[in-house]
Amino acid sequence: MSRIIVVTSGKGGVGKTTTSAAFAMGLAMKGYRTAVIDFDVGLRNLDLIMGCERRVVYDFVNVINGEATLNQALIRDKRRDNLSILPASQTRDKESLTQEGVERVLNELSETFEYIVCDSPAGIERGATLAMYFADDAIVVTNPEVSSVRDSDRMLGILASKSRRAEQGVEPIKEYLLLTRYSPERVRLGEMLSVADVQEILSLHLLGVIPESKSVLSASNSGSPVTLDEKSDAGQAYRDVVRRYLGERVPHRFVEEGKKGLFSRLFGG
Amino acid sequence: MGLLDYFRSRSPNASSASVAKERLQILVAHERSERNKPDYLPRLQRDLLEVVRRYVQVDDTAITVTMEEDGNHEVLELNIVLPEEGDTPPKPKPRQRSHPRR
Repeated sequence: MSRIIVVTSGKGGVGKTTTSAAFAMGLAMKGYRTAVIDFDVGLRNLDLIMGCERRVVYDFVNVINGEATLNQALIRDKRRDNLSILPASQTRDKESLTQEGVERVLNELSETFEYIVCDSPAGIERGATLAMYFADDAIVVTNPEVSSVRDSDRMLGILASKSRRAEQGVEPIKEYLLLTRYSPERVRLGEMLSVADVQEILSLHLLGVIPESKSVLSASNSGSPVTLDEKSDAGQAYRDVVRRYLGERVPHRFVEEGKKGLFSRLFGG
Repeated sequence: MGLLDYFRSRSPNASSASVAKERLQILVAHERSERNKPDYLPRLQRDLLEVVRRYVQVDDTAITVTMEEDGNHEVLELNIVLPEEGDTPPKPKPRQRSHPRR
């Protein structure tokens, strides 16, 4: 039986696709057969972040419409052969996703894969609600910023009421908070909400804190999920996130400021 | 003056992050209370209107149904405005409260 994880946020630009790519890669690096699906029909980008944009032939909507088989549409990752990507359609509109179609694809994927990561589009329209509908777990990606926190809370309300688990009255979706683009220095200066603040407002289990990091942009520049960059702080933070998700006890890092010399403290660096 | 400003901006009470936290706490609490209201209220209102109209002809807006939180109780409040006999305009009836839920 496979586990379906939705990466959601409500607000755009907070790091859903970065997280989906990094998290799916992290699960694959741990040896799990993992699939990652782009639900952003019309604005596909996961392929670009995963570095397989030139290998897209068929997409999610083709599979739903029966124009291609799942195996024709799945792209196997070149770095990890236990990781596959199902790209979104770039040309169709959101209406092409149907609940029955999505369910059929997820059922077929769960025959092969242990983890299915659903990269939700921003907003609360069809793509977003379908990405979360069948989920077992939800990673709510949040920036320490007012509109992102508010939208995350809104998504929590939708997760609790408009999912298959809610409708069937079974155990609800497990919700995790992932705080991204975190800057301990700005928190110290009182310019940014702290981890504790966001946790207090949303009362969610904290899966991890991803520091604001240059390595995230360079990872997407090169189409290589940041988890693969073992030297980067964000890459290490995502590795911790995967371990924590899998049940390991890993202390939170990157919540406090790194050790800096007197010079850089005085002059900024 | 400049130096004072520097220290003032460092004081935690004045930090923009604490303002953000306070605003969010108020907003999120409000939005959650809205969210938890049952979605059957409009249907209940329509059905009640239908039942009342079997006995007395009332206006479309004569019935209001609201759910309010009162400490640990949720109070379902029904307000039915009955028309006066004759042509005088309807006068509101005193509000009646149903039994509080849980």
